[in-house]
Amino acid sequence: MDLNVMEHELVPEHYLLSEKETEGVLAELKVEKEQLPKIKKNDPAIKFLERSLGETIEEGRVVKVIRKSHTAGFFVAYRVVVER
Amino acid sequence: MMAMRGVTKRVRAIKFALLSPDEIRRMSATKIITADTYDDDGFPIDMGLMDLHLGVIEPGLRCKTCGGRVDDCPGHFGHIDLAMPAIHVGFVKELKTLLQATCRSCGRLLLTKEEATSFLEAAKRAGALSTANEAIGSIQLMKLTAKAATKRQICPHCSAEQMKVTLDKPTAFREDGHKLTPKEVRERLERIPDDDLRPLGINPDIARPEWMVITALPVPPVTVRPSITLESGDRSEDDLTHKLVDVLRINQRLRENRDAGAPQLIVEDLWELLQYHITTFIDNQTSGIPPARHRSGRPLRTLVQRLKGKEGRFRSNLSGKRVNFSARTVISPDPLISINEVGLPVVAARELTVPVHVQDYNLDIVKDWVQRGPEPVGENGKYMPGVNYVIRPDGRRIRVTDKNAETVSEAVELGYIAERQLVDGDIVLFNRQPSLHRMSMLAHEVRVMDGKTFRLNLAVCPPYNADFDGDEMNLHVLQSEEARAEAKVLMRVQEHILSPRFGGPVIGAIHDHITGAFLMTFGGSSFNREETAYLLSLLGDRPLPKPDIKVEGEPHWSGRLLFSTILPKDLTLTFRASIGSIGEDVEESTVSIVNGKVISGVVDEKAIGAFKGKIVEKIARDRGSEAARQFIDETTRLAMGTIMLKGFTTGIDDEDIPEEAKREIAEVLDRAMTEVTNLVQAYKAGELEQMPGRSLEETLEVEAMKKLGRARDDAGQIAGRHLGLENSAVIMARSGARGSMLNLSQMAGCIGQQAVRGERLSRGYWKRTLPHFLPEDLGAKAKGFVTSSYKSGLRPTEYFFHSMGGREGLVDTAVRTSRSGYMQRRLINALEDLKVMQDGTVRNTSRTIIQFRFGEDGINPMRSVGGDAVDVDDVLMEVLGPEAVKAGKLPKREMAGYGAQERDFLVEIADDAEALGDEDGGNL
Repeated sequence: MDLNVMEHELVPEHYLLSEKETEGVLAELKVEKEQLPKIKKNDPAIKFLERSLGETIEEGRVVKVIRKSHTAGFFVAYRVVVER
Repeated sequence: MMAMRGVTKRVRAIKFALLSPDEIRRMSATKIITADTYDDDGFPIDMGLMDLHLGVIEPGLRCKTCGGRVDDCPGHFGHIDLAMPAIHVGFVKELKTLLQATCRSCGRLLLTKEEATSFLEAAKRAGALSTANEAIGSIQLMKLTAKAATKRQICPHCSAEQMKVTLDKPTAFREDGHKLTPKEVRERLERIPDDDLRPLGINPDIARPEWMVITALPVPPVTVRPSITLESGDRSEDDLTHKLVDVLRINQRLRENRDAGAPQLIVEDLWELLQYHITTFIDNQTSGIPPARHRSGRPLRTLVQRLKGKEGRFRSNLSGKRVNFSARTVISPDPLISINEVGLPVVAARELTVPVHVQDYNLDIVKDWVQRGPEPVGENGKYMPGVNYVIRPDGRRIRVTDKNAETVSEAVELGYIAERQLVDGDIVLFNRQPSLHRMSMLAHEVRVMDGKTFRLNLAVCPPYNADFDGDEMNLHVLQSEEARAEAKVLMRVQEHILSPRFGGPVIGAIHDHITGAFLMTFGGSSFNREETAYLLSLLGDRPLPKPDIKVEGEPHWSGRLLFSTILPKDLTLTFRASIGSIGEDVEESTVSIVNGKVISGVVDEKAIGAFKGKIVEKIARDRGSEAARQFIDETTRLAMGTIMLKGFTTGIDDEDIPEEAKREIAEVLDRAMTEVTNLVQAYKAGELEQMPGRSLEETLEVEAMKKLGRARDDAGQIAGRHLGLENSAVIMARSGARGSMLNLSQMAGCIGQQAVRGERLSRGYWKRTLPHFLPEDLGAKAKGFVTSSYKSGLRPTEYFFHSMGGREGLVDTAVRTSRSGYMQRRLINALEDLKVMQDGTVRNTSRTIIQFRFGEDGINPMRSVGGDAVDVDDVLMEVLGPEAVKAGKLPKREMAGYGAQERDFLVEIADDAEALGDEDGGNL
């Protein structure tokens, strides 16, 4: 079945950050990469990003997740891609 | 010890390994051979279970291993050499896996070298064997490897055919039905080469599998199993010692029999008995074997039982501990003390102490305290604090008595610590279980009082969920200046008037307190000079305001005027009173406060009540906790003063309604029941029109429920017409003090349909609920409609139906509390070490980000308005004035905020609990 998970209303928007953007985010939050929440490399959202960008996403890349929030309208989170 | 401060070390890993028999013997202080403990003189026997090498528990003796006395010697292990090996119950699962996964003849893993390494490599690649994941990773690895190896029928190394090994619970193994002795098991495990263990997730350097079969049993130090001497002089041994005696006796008999060449059968029986004793020594709740019992029939509490569960070492002694400087007693109300205070009985105040460090500035003061002795009494028998103990700089504690007070006082100098008894104003923590939220433990100021109960202001009952039907509460005295400062700033009652659960007050008026305020402000109630003076005197020294009304020529003060005296001078607020939201509107339904004056309306639950009080909320939010505290304290005094002046009572005659009304109700009910009968007839005749999406039966049920529900409401309405606001019960219901109009209509009018699982009653006898009805009677009465009222009394069948409905409620609450309790425990365990950092992120102890911004909006729910950061309506009101807002008619908010929902939910639960009769029945 050809299902695009990104179209589901419960799946938030994912954006791959460039190395430079990643550095900016880490600097702003004053954290190491390891301290960010994680997302698995085989997560459907990452697979979708790989397909649409036509590149493989290596471990250690950071994605920006924009999701709807009960309290704040929408909310931006960052997740670092990990193996397993 | 002091030098250790600030030095933190990180635990990188914890290694679990098996004790080898060699290691057990090496760490053993002595070998134990006799089952006897003490000789006739009460002296420990050498090489017995109480051997002095194992440590000392009696004062005066010295440990033969380390030379330490009772408190210095930590105790030392001994060991028992078993005549025959025994299986360790804690490892049977692993033993089974190992036996199944290895060859019965050559002992190799039943996998080829390539297969074995592939499993190992896969695990390594996945990082399962890294230091951090080793514990879980190796369990996973063992599972995978063993699963593959067990399938193999022929050994790939020696081609021996494998047989099926099964576990005969709890500790016996069988191979094709033939029993394997622990000795055989051990021999097999010994044959497994080190290299074949690694793919199984076992590190052979620290855990050889044969060590899971016990040959040398470690004997715990006597300090772990102290014997107690009873008053009669008899010795009573610990459960573990009893079990060790059993092990030693059987071990001895087994050795003798074996060495004497006794028949195989006898040796085997003894061997099994030894296995039983060792198993129960480790775990006395192993399924499949009867627990070992004490002479009295009580099951023994052995090693596993000491650790496991709520009463085990972890949850009961390590995560939670008993504390000193605490008190517990029954609580009772005192409307005259502040919400910040707690009344403390003198006996408790004398026992509880605060350490006072003697400094230059207080040397003389402390000397004076000590000199007074432990029970000083002031003029008129007034309480005075004394000192119970003085601690010298070398750490010695000296008990202060009337006799030595003088001498001890003279000895006091700088560096001493005096344990001073509590005085008014000391900060203590006050707590009521179950401690479900942070408001279950708040900081109060002490007020030493006569009597034997803790006293608290009624307005703080809601956060503790306390009442006075026998509730007990705990009190803890803080022991350091830092703790006191912290508690005063963070935990004081007044700092918790607004709840973080929903942005509203949890502390506020309840019950009589609301009734009092209502009586004061409703229907132009007024007070003469004497009454007014009395009420104002409750608030301390206040000028008498100008009387605003005249009754029979005498100057009178209206209740609203008096209530206004405790409002902040510039408070402006408009809202609907509780009496407006229940029943028909009256003149007082809309409350209008302008510049600190109640212009119109009545002060009830919506104004000052816990959870709902608008005035409390506004004062707490806009003017801070101190102002809110003062307001609540003063309303308590005024309301209590008023209700005592006016008098207030309720009785069953409050639900009296005229005969005519009763007839009317009976008619309404009869009509409804006839309608239901008609419905049933239509249903049986097949003429009932089916509702979309429902079966015919469901349609009938829904229709009947609707009809009968309406009938009950109508009955309530009729009854309600005769119950006006001059009625005490109605006052309580409509002002929100206690009870509801539904409660009243059930007492005066009709109780209504009883339901189980939301349906009319149907279960019981064959095709009917009770034998009083005909089978297949689907009418109102036959299926649980109660036409009687609580006041008129129920018919026997009605009573039975009512009990059915009531039972469901009880079961539901029981299930709900246990389930939500466990759910909360899991949540707390998962969330306990998260904290909000200075930058607004939520992180755990390794500083990993859990949430980029607290609550995603960064709003402190305690400072929010029903969950929202800003109350727009209120800001507009403040800026434009109440007239402009009224003129502009702001659109109603479409969605209730999270906080508002939470509050409604909370109130619902509280009401449920009350309705079910929260009485403490026998719970003392």
